[in-house]
Amino acid sequence: MQLSKVRAMEQIVASFKDGQIVAIGGQTAQYMPERLIDCLLESGAKHLTVYSIDSSDPDIGVSRLLQAGRVDRIITTHVGTNPLTNARIQDGSLKAELIPMGTFIERIRCGGMGLGGVLTKTGLGTVVEEGKQVIEVDGQKYLLETALHADVALTRCRRADPLGNLAYRGSSGHASHPVIATCADLSIVECDHFCDLGEIGPDEVKVPGMFVDMILV
Amino acid sequence: MNNRNFIAKRAAAYFKPGDVVNLGIGIPSLCGSYAAQGVLFQSENGFIGIGPTVNEGLMKSERFVNAGGVHFEPVPGSSAFDVAMSFGVIRSGRLGATVLGGLQVSAQGDLANWATPGRAFGMGGAMDLCNGAKQVIVAMELVAKDGSPKVVNRCSLPLTAIHCVDHIVTDRCVIDVTPEGLLLSEIRKGHTVEEIQAAVEPKLLVAPNLIEMEED
Repeated sequence: MQLSKVRAMEQIVASFKDGQIVAIGGQTAQYMPERLIDCLLESGAKHLTVYSIDSSDPDIGVSRLLQAGRVDRIITTHVGTNPLTNARIQDGSLKAELIPMGTFIERIRCGGMGLGGVLTKTGLGTVVEEGKQVIEVDGQKYLLETALHADVALTRCRRADPLGNLAYRGSSGHASHPVIATCADLSIVECDHFCDLGEIGPDEVKVPGMFVDMILV
Repeated sequence: MNNRNFIAKRAAAYFKPGDVVNLGIGIPSLCGSYAAQGVLFQSENGFIGIGPTVNEGLMKSERFVNAGGVHFEPVPGSSAFDVAMSFGVIRSGRLGATVLGGLQVSAQGDLANWATPGRAFGMGGAMDLCNGAKQVIVAMELVAKDGSPKVVNRCSLPLTAIHCVDHIVTDRCVIDVTPEGLLLSEIRKGHTVEEIQAAVEPKLLVAPNLIEMEED
């Protein structure tokens, strides 16, 4: 028996609920999991918290969720490419936590890898330090940055097989996708190419299938 | 040469063959055109070996885009990876240099470049780059559009990082951050030390061998 993780759009739509934390892969409005975002919009889920490297450009990716009024809170690193996001932050309808990009991705990685947090020097002496624990190791000061775990992860990959083994291509084709794919209770991936078992060689697999729950082909 | 390209060309002169370098958006993104052969460019979204810009045609792929959203062709020897690896490269001291834009730089080499009053656009990768790169080069106009100083005694805007800047490359001069203070090391033809001093807040040291910057 083959335990394929391929799901119909309706099954994916049924996975979303109000108030969920949704981590979304992609960066600079490129190579976003747009078909999975269609599913999330279709579900009607609202009051979402989104983890995303940026808030995309208007009408693309994460911005479509923001524009539809589905997101109450976003944890991100940069909103400069999307004037709509800044307007919503300024009028108070969107809570935004801006954190450094390297710290963002490490916190996400911790959330997926069973770690409580990481130590980094990034942000020392800035507003990022406020309210955080400073830990000294071998005479060097670091900020303790805690893990971010999501309810659902939406990512995109170049190739996937029925077990959810994933392979990527390029810069925007990698970006945050392989890390975000690991950080949630429910990891849903949309793939450009769906492959047979064994077609993606073991050495080419970047994210092992055990991290993936559903595939949209 | 216009001011933006003048700044970019001078900033690129800090790169050595074999360096891996990260360029910010705006003026810094122009540095690639002036870099020595053998310099590789890194992008936050997970790439070393950013090559020429690609507009249309068979080579255009949405999977090869830099952190500024520009499509590129990879150079031979490139590598692709995820953002976690990308920031491992950045934080671990392996980047030869980063060139960033600046809103304010202080006398102590503090940098502010990610938020203005009423508009917090976010730090993106800038805080990590300032923390980890071997050389932090700020490429910016010497003064703001309204003529107010950008080289200041203390930054009033939210900081990107403290004590991080090595060189400030501007349209009129190069200022190095040294333990003794800000050192005016190069000046563009047609400008005077007195004029530069009047455009910045901190008292500048002047290099005994003050260099006149080449125009092109």
